[in-house]
Amino acid sequence: MITREVVIKTDKLTKKFGDFIATNEISFEVYSGEIFGFLGANGAGKTTAIRMLCGLLTPTSGHATVAGFDIYKQTEKVKSNIGYMSQKFSLYEDLTPRENIKFYGGIYGLTDKEIKGKSDSLIHQLGLEMQADKLVGSLPLGWKQKLAFSVAIIHDPKIVFLDEPTGGVDPVTRRQFWDLIYDASEKGITSFVTTHYMDEAEYCNRISMMVDGVMKECDTPSILKEKYHTDSMDEVFFELARGAKRTAD
Amino acid sequence: MKQFLSFLRKEFHHVFRDRKTLLLLFGMPIIQIVLFGFALTNEIKNSKIVVCDYSKDDITQRITEKIAASKNFEIKQSVLGHKEIEQAFKSGDIKLAVIFPSAFQTDLEAGRRVQVQIIADASDPNTATTLTSYATNILRDFQQDMQPLQHAPMNISTTARMIYNPDLKGATNFVPGVMALVLMLICVLMTSASIVREKENGTMEVLLVSPMNPLLVIISKAIPYLLLSLVNLIIILLLSVYLLGLPVKGNVFLLFGESTLLIITALSLGLLISNSTSSQQTAMMISIMGLLLPTVMFTGFMFPLENMPKPLQIISNLVPSKWYYTIVKNIMIKGLGFSHVWKETLILAGMTVFLLLVSLQKFKIRLS
Repeated sequence: MITREVVIKTDKLTKKFGDFIATNEISFEVYSGEIFGFLGANGAGKTTAIRMLCGLLTPTSGHATVAGFDIYKQTEKVKSNIGYMSQKFSLYEDLTPRENIKFYGGIYGLTDKEIKGKSDSLIHQLGLEMQADKLVGSLPLGWKQKLAFSVAIIHDPKIVFLDEPTGGVDPVTRRQFWDLIYDASEKGITSFVTTHYMDEAEYCNRISMMVDGVMKECDTPSILKEKYHTDSMDEVFFELARGAKRTAD
Repeated sequence: MKQFLSFLRKEFHHVFRDRKTLLLLFGMPIIQIVLFGFALTNEIKNSKIVVCDYSKDDITQRITEKIAASKNFEIKQSVLGHKEIEQAFKSGDIKLAVIFPSAFQTDLEAGRRVQVQIIADASDPNTATTLTSYATNILRDFQQDMQPLQHAPMNISTTARMIYNPDLKGATNFVPGVMALVLMLICVLMTSASIVREKENGTMEVLLVSPMNPLLVIISKAIPYLLLSLVNLIIILLLSVYLLGLPVKGNVFLLFGESTLLIITALSLGLLISNSTSSQQTAMMISIMGLLLPTVMFTGFMFPLENMPKPLQIISNLVPSKWYYTIVKNIMIKGLGFSHVWKETLILAGMTVFLLLVSLQKFKIRLS
């Protein structure tokens, strides 16, 4: 992990909404192919941070580069090099999986041939052959989430941002979902994941903890556990979040 | 371009998969045209009346026959006196009574002034006024027929000609009104709902994170509804020509051009609504309460604007469909060209530019 390429680098990134400081001078680096967990209680500033990195929000101060591009000046370049999956399910329910793939491939500028190849391999990989031409609305949530992830990385982005991707999904499907993230990681796609589940935190290469807009910790799960003299990430989280003043967002 | 086409294809999928909405979109104008064209007509046919003839002579007989021949009236009975007239009104279904005084013919032939009394049930004032004028017209007609026989030295008569709509068909008013209503409703309601739906589903975020230009998102949202509205317009015009027998007297292309302008106005309004709301329900409520009502009230096809108090008349100027209605009436019914509607067109275009600028401005603010 030492000589890896840096794909996200922030330097004192701050966003204020009036008097409210959503994220306060956060600085971190994420390396290529890494699975980076972004943890924090509700209202800790996770979503704000992700939105700034995706070019949806302009930071108040600080600097950041994503995939080597400046998030102030090169938002268009940033956008074509990232994938995004939100906590809300982000496929169209009244389209079939194939049509969803075609649509997202289309707006990321893939050629028809690429889209055809991608959708065949994707549908095969997810075992969706039978459902490929049924409406997404009729699929179970777990499959939808897996499909949504696959669609989010359809254009082989450098980084994929996953904002609580596994909310409301059963443990087995969550495990399968993480397999997909690992596959993507092997292909060199960096995953930037926010989650509430502490068992998922264990799957990450490195995790960061946000408390009240400040980044309290940023390290591998094992080092963090050692530091807080415990063997579960739950404990680490509670230890850190105890001082939080903000509650739900 | 590729992005744009992908997006457009997706939008059409949305529209065509939502069968119920589609049915509503095409059913609504058809039902409205049929309703307004046939059921809700403001001409009055076959009103039941009574005739009370104190004279019972040749002339009163001929007048009575003339009244009976009119399609507006149906003589229910001939009564003997005023008491019975009152009874007839009270029993309900009589709208009008015509009373000839005694010695009608004798007085008339002697050159004296004679009067026919008309009593109308004014509990519904509009009907009463209309019926009275129908009856007066019949009497005047009769008098003119008699003219050569009589040598009355002074007799000023008026001839009223109803131009553009000689048959006084109600449909001439309603068709342009329905066009305005349907276009406004479809475009505003559907665009705002379809944009807000993306917000609700969280797909808007994904679209904004994608390299797709937000402006293209908006344009491709608008295009399906623009096309649908034009198809609807064709349906309405076909119905009005073949079902209601109301031809388009002016230039059809001009009519479509002006309609496209209204559609764009409505689309920008829809965009504006979708920017300020985040749930489909709110968007629909705003569209219906904030648009349907003013459109129906202030366009002028249901309630004459001239009769409204001044402040309401001023407010009506803010309703885009009012201007469109005037334009369509001028083109469709009067057969006038662009030189007669350029003022209204300019106002409508001004509104469109204003709404479009405001809504795009708001859209950008939300993105930053």
